[in-house]
Amino acid sequence: MAQVLEIRWHGRGGQGAKTAALLFGEAALDTGKFIQAFPEYGPERMGAPVTAFNRLAEEPIYIHSGIKNPDIVVVLDPSLIEPAKVTEGLKENGVLLVNTVEDPGVLRQRLNLPATVRVFTVDASKIALETIGRDVPNTPMLGALARVTGVLQLEPMLEAIKDKLLTKFRGQEKLVESNLQSIRRAYEEVRGIE
Amino acid sequence: MILAKTGNEAFAYAMKQINPDVVAAYPITPSTEIVQLFSNYVSDGEVDTEYVPVESEHSAMTACIGAAVCGCRVMTATASQGLALMHEMLFIAAGLRLPIVMAVASRSLSSPLNIHGDHSDSVASRDSGWLQFFCETVQEGYDTLIQAVKIAERANLPALVGIDGFILSHCQERIETLEDQVVRDFLGRRKPAYNLLDWRNPILVGPATLQDYYFEFKRSEIEGMNQVLPIIEEVQAEFGRIAGRKYPVLEEYRCEDAEAVVVLMGSACGTVRVAVDRMRAKGKKVGMVKLRVFRPLVHSLLKKSLVKFKKIGVMDRVDAVNSYGGPLFTEITSVLYDTDERPWVFSYVYGLGGKEFTPEDAEMVLEQVLTGKEDELVTYVGVR
Repeated sequence: MAQVLEIRWHGRGGQGAKTAALLFGEAALDTGKFIQAFPEYGPERMGAPVTAFNRLAEEPIYIHSGIKNPDIVVVLDPSLIEPAKVTEGLKENGVLLVNTVEDPGVLRQRLNLPATVRVFTVDASKIALETIGRDVPNTPMLGALARVTGVLQLEPMLEAIKDKLLTKFRGQEKLVESNLQSIRRAYEEVRGIE
Repeated sequence: MILAKTGNEAFAYAMKQINPDVVAAYPITPSTEIVQLFSNYVSDGEVDTEYVPVESEHSAMTACIGAAVCGCRVMTATASQGLALMHEMLFIAAGLRLPIVMAVASRSLSSPLNIHGDHSDSVASRDSGWLQFFCETVQEGYDTLIQAVKIAERANLPALVGIDGFILSHCQERIETLEDQVVRDFLGRRKPAYNLLDWRNPILVGPATLQDYYFEFKRSEIEGMNQVLPIIEEVQAEFGRIAGRKYPVLEEYRCEDAEAVVVLMGSACGTVRVAVDRMRAKGKKVGMVKLRVFRPLVHSLLKKSLVKFKKIGVMDRVDAVNSYGGPLFTEITSVLYDTDERPWVFSYVYGLGGKEFTPEDAEMVLEQVLTGKEDELVTYVGVR
């Protein structure tokens, strides 16, 4: 079977976990990968915990079910860490990436994670406030995710996302630029890189 | 072009390329985006379609019938309760031999209320005289919708193309699209035998035929369905030549020397492929038979394929609520009655209301079929 990289996003309704997964999928597609991006649809409410998923592979992906044992977990809201059990099922050599002010080492200790799990943090909310002007952590997290996984190069990813955002925010080029800026900053500012 | 599209986006994009004369639709979860995105194409002037926003699905199908009778190429989209509300008009579309094509994001039927994917809606329409296709991937959905237009028009029968609600309708996948012009050349223009608006050659549409002719009309409709399989295969081959992608009506996946196989339709086929690969790696002789066409029932192909196996699990993402398992199960057992081999056939009902169906579930089913005993007729997978 094809080697498939599986990512699970945790966020709250309105934070853009689904949009981030779709954008990440689209950016990965441009690098020639086979992709899936899909949300888990529960009762959707602003603020309620939600999850979204990505699969990336070099070959066609056939499986059509949710992801239980992700290689990577991305958390858009640090208040979800315990209640949403974000590390549940995370592979032993997996990656945890969290939007938080907390230091990755402290977070690792607090969650009692095995040494094989790599932990990264980035203050994506602050970056979003300073660039986009609103606490929308999903776009900056794409930059951090690209950095920690290495599956996507920054510049091609920015190109792909720019195309997508230009369609989404027709005529609002400043907004698109600030989103791209947030991705660049998170790429630079993610903590835990050795 | 290579694009990232959800199932709904891919359906809407295919409809844009097909550029039908008329689309009449009423949005319903999880198919809403198909209609929403298509109406964007209409207002952006990317299609020539006359778009009719109606007040219900019943009216949507009625408007489609009216337009199709006038010689138009007609499409719509719906799901679940919407398809149920169309039910009355589905028979009229088929009885009038109108090649309307409908995109469906398959969803459960209420009650209890549920918006997620299963095959209740499409399968409940199985006796309405529509062709029915079930797709495994977003790519297959896109490809099949385009093929369906040509098949429907060549056969003078309406066609329903289903993708599993949410599981595919809201899943973004990589798809390869054809150029607009390639799609339009492939389909050409609809050439109806009759046109209600052709006042030089007046015709009568939809009159009462009582004991005198009703049965003869129905017999002719039945014959249309009897003769459609070669048309499907022909169009699939033509499509394969322009797209390079081929979908057999019935696919055997790793069935060589298999002792047990499962038969199923839709997105779960992919999940079963993963399970089959895992079990084959452990030396277990299992396989999958993927059925892409539910109507017509391709009995000759099913019989030819399935007599080779000792044990068969038929997996339905819907129950017939008839105390005898899933609808595909009963049809397959009846197909196999007239054979010397008479394999053991078990019914597996799974994934109702979008219940998660994992490779582990599929492995459990395959394992159970492999070791199956006669008294385990119907299994409800994963029900607590």
